[in-house]
Amino acid sequence: MVTVALFVPCHVDQLYPQVGMAALKVLERHGVKVEFPEDQTCCGQPMANSGCAEEARPLAERFLSVFGGYEYVVAPSGSCVSMVRNHYPDLLPASDELESVRRRTLELCEFLTDVLHVERVEGRFPHRVGLHRSCHGLRELRLSSGSERNVPAFDKVKGLLSGLEGITLLEPSRPDECCGFGGTFAVNEAPVSTLMGKDRLADHERMGAEIITGVDASCLMHLDGLIRRAGKSIRVRHVAELLAGEA
Amino acid sequence: MASVETHAEAAARFVRDDARVHWHDQAVWFVRQKRDVASRAVPDWEALRERAEAIKAHTLSNLSAYLEEFERNATRLGAVVHWARDAEEHNQIVHGLLAEHGVRLLVKSKSMLTEECHLNPYLEARGIEVVDTDLGERIVQLDHKPPSHIVMPAIHMKREEIGELFHATLGTERGLTDPKALTERARRHLREKFMTARAGLTGVNFGIAETGGLVVVTNEGNADMGTSLPPLHVASMGIEKIVPRAADLGVFLRLLARSATGQPVSTYTSHFHGPRRGSALHVVVVDNGRSALLARTGFRRALACIRCGACLNTCPVYRRSGGYSYSWIIPGPIGSTLAPARDAGAHASLPFASSLCGSCSDVCPVRIDLHHQLLGWRREIVARGLLPPGKRAAMAFASWAFRGRRRYELLGRLGRWFLRTLPGLAGALGRGWTRERELPPAPRESFRDVYRRTRVQS
Repeated sequence: MVTVALFVPCHVDQLYPQVGMAALKVLERHGVKVEFPEDQTCCGQPMANSGCAEEARPLAERFLSVFGGYEYVVAPSGSCVSMVRNHYPDLLPASDELESVRRRTLELCEFLTDVLHVERVEGRFPHRVGLHRSCHGLRELRLSSGSERNVPAFDKVKGLLSGLEGITLLEPSRPDECCGFGGTFAVNEAPVSTLMGKDRLADHERMGAEIITGVDASCLMHLDGLIRRAGKSIRVRHVAELLAGEA
Repeated sequence: MASVETHAEAAARFVRDDARVHWHDQAVWFVRQKRDVASRAVPDWEALRERAEAIKAHTLSNLSAYLEEFERNATRLGAVVHWARDAEEHNQIVHGLLAEHGVRLLVKSKSMLTEECHLNPYLEARGIEVVDTDLGERIVQLDHKPPSHIVMPAIHMKREEIGELFHATLGTERGLTDPKALTERARRHLREKFMTARAGLTGVNFGIAETGGLVVVTNEGNADMGTSLPPLHVASMGIEKIVPRAADLGVFLRLLARSATGQPVSTYTSHFHGPRRGSALHVVVVDNGRSALLARTGFRRALACIRCGACLNTCPVYRRSGGYSYSWIIPGPIGSTLAPARDAGAHASLPFASSLCGSCSDVCPVRIDLHHQLLGWRREIVARGLLPPGKRAAMAFASWAFRGRRRYELLGRLGRWFLRTLPGLAGALGRGWTRERELPPAPRESFRDVYRRTRVQS
C-alpha cells in the first residue's frame, strides 16, 4: 500500500478545510494510506514570490524536515507543489534529500494519473463545469499541454473529471488565461488583478458554466471574492471536491 | 533614487477606462491568437525554439569572438564598423556621420535601440530633422510619444485618434478614419521624406558573423526605401544581435514573424552585405549595459531576446495596463527583466508587474524563462533593500509565524475569529483585497481541527 503525506497548504488549512478533507477522501478511496504531518505550516511561497528569499528559506528547510521521510507528498494545490519542486533549489543548497523530496512531491491530480494510474474516477457530478487551468499547475507542473506550446494535447485534470457521471465540461474561449490572483500581486496590483478575474468569470459565464473548478484554492478564493461582491450565481469548487463527489 | 511612478499606479489609471482597456486587451490578444495559429502550422515549432535557444546561448558565451569576426567580415565587404560603449557614444557617432555628410534630414526605420539611446531628441537638438518611417512609429512620433509596444508602436491608439492627429499634423481632412485612406496619406507624406533625405538609419535584427552581413525585417519596406536612395546608411545594432552563421537565419526567421504577428514571414527581409554602390554603410555596434548583463549568469538569458513582442501580446497584465504603464521604453515581461538590470531603483516595481503566470516563457521563441527572470529580479530588489519596508516587515512576520506549529495554529485561529467577528474592520484593513472582492470565508475549524476531531483517535 502506498503511503502518502498529505500536504495541506496554509490557506487551505485555514480557509478551506473541506478541500483538504476532500483530498484526503479521494486518496483513501484509491487505496492510499494517508498521513497528515501536523508540524507542517507553509511552504514559503508568499515570501519567495515577493523576493524575500531569507524569509522563505527557513520554511523550505522546515518543509524538508517535516516531509523528508515519506514515500510521496501530495497536495491539493499546483502552486505550492511547484514551489517545492521548481523553486526550492533557488533557496536551498543542492542535496540528495532536496532532490528526493522534490521528486516525490506531487499535485493531487498528477498523483492520481501518474503514480496510481487512475483512468476513471467513480462518482457523479451532474453540473456544467468550467475548467480553470491555474497557471502554476499548467505551466510549471505541466498538468496540461497549454495553449502556447505546439505539443500533443493532454489534460490530466480534465481526464479525471471527464470520468464523473453527468458532468459537462466547458472550455472558456481563452482556455488558460491567468485569473489574476498571483499571490501578493492580487493586492499590489489590485485593479489589474480584479479586472483579470472579472474577465475570466465573464468568459466562463458566456460558456454557460454553473461551477468553475481548478486545482488551486487560491485562484478560486480570488474568483469567489469577485463573484460574491457582484452577486453572481456562478460558484467555485476545488477539483478535489468534485473528485470526492461533493457538490 | 528618483521617485518614479510605479507600474501599479500607472496601471490603475489605465484600468479606469473599462471600455478602452477591454478594447486594448482584445486588440493585442488578437495578435496572440494569430501567433498561435502560425506556430501550430510548423510541426517542429518546439524543436525550432530549442534550437534558437541553443544558438543564442552559444553565441552569448562566445560573443566577443563573434563580434570580432563580424567586424572583420563587414569591413571586408566595405562597411565601416564603429563601437559604442553607451548611448551617448552611439549618438555622438551617428551625429558625427550625419554632420560629415551634411545631412539635414534623416529617415529611420524601426529601431528600439535608438529609442533606448534617445537618438531622436539628440539629433533634433543639433538641427537634424528625424523622421520615423514605420507607420506606427511615425504616428507616435507625430503624437510626441514613445512607442507603447515594440512591434506595434501605436497599438494603443484608435483610428479616430489617428485621424485627428493626421488632421492636426499632416493636414488631412477632419473626420478621416478609414485606415486605408489614412495609410495612403501617411505614405504620400513619407514618400516625400524618402525622396529628400540624405541618410537612412535602420535597426538590425541579425548581424551575421561569418559573412559580415546585416538582416533587417520590416513589413512596410521602409528600411529599403530609406537606404536605397541616400548616399549614407547607418545601421545601429546591439551587441547581442549577432548570429554565427547565415544558416542560423533559417531558424530565427521562421520564429520571428510567426511569434511577432502570426505571419509566416515578414513582407520584407532585407539583407545588406556591404554598402550599395556609390554609398557608404556604417554599422554602429552598441553595448549600453549589455556586457554588464552578460556578466550576470542568472540574468544573461534575457540578452537572447529577438524583440518579437510575443511576451507582450500574451501578457494579461500588459494587455490590461498598456505600454505606458511601464517605466521603461520596452514594456511587458521582457522589458521588466531588462529594465532593472539598468537601474533597479528606478524600475523596482516592474518585476512585480506580473502574476507570474508563465505564459511569456511559453510563447518566447528563444525560450527565455521570463517569469523566472522576473522572480530573480524580485529577489535582487529585496537584496538591494529596494522593497518598501512595510512589505518586507510583513513577510518577516509571516515567516516567523510559520516557523512554529503552535504559533501558526494560534495565529490562524485568531485570524479566523477576527474575520468572522469583525469583518468590517478586517475589510477596512485589507482594502487592497476588499475594494472589489469579498473576504474569504473564515470557518470555525481549520483542516487540522477537523482532521483531529474526526481522524485522530486518542
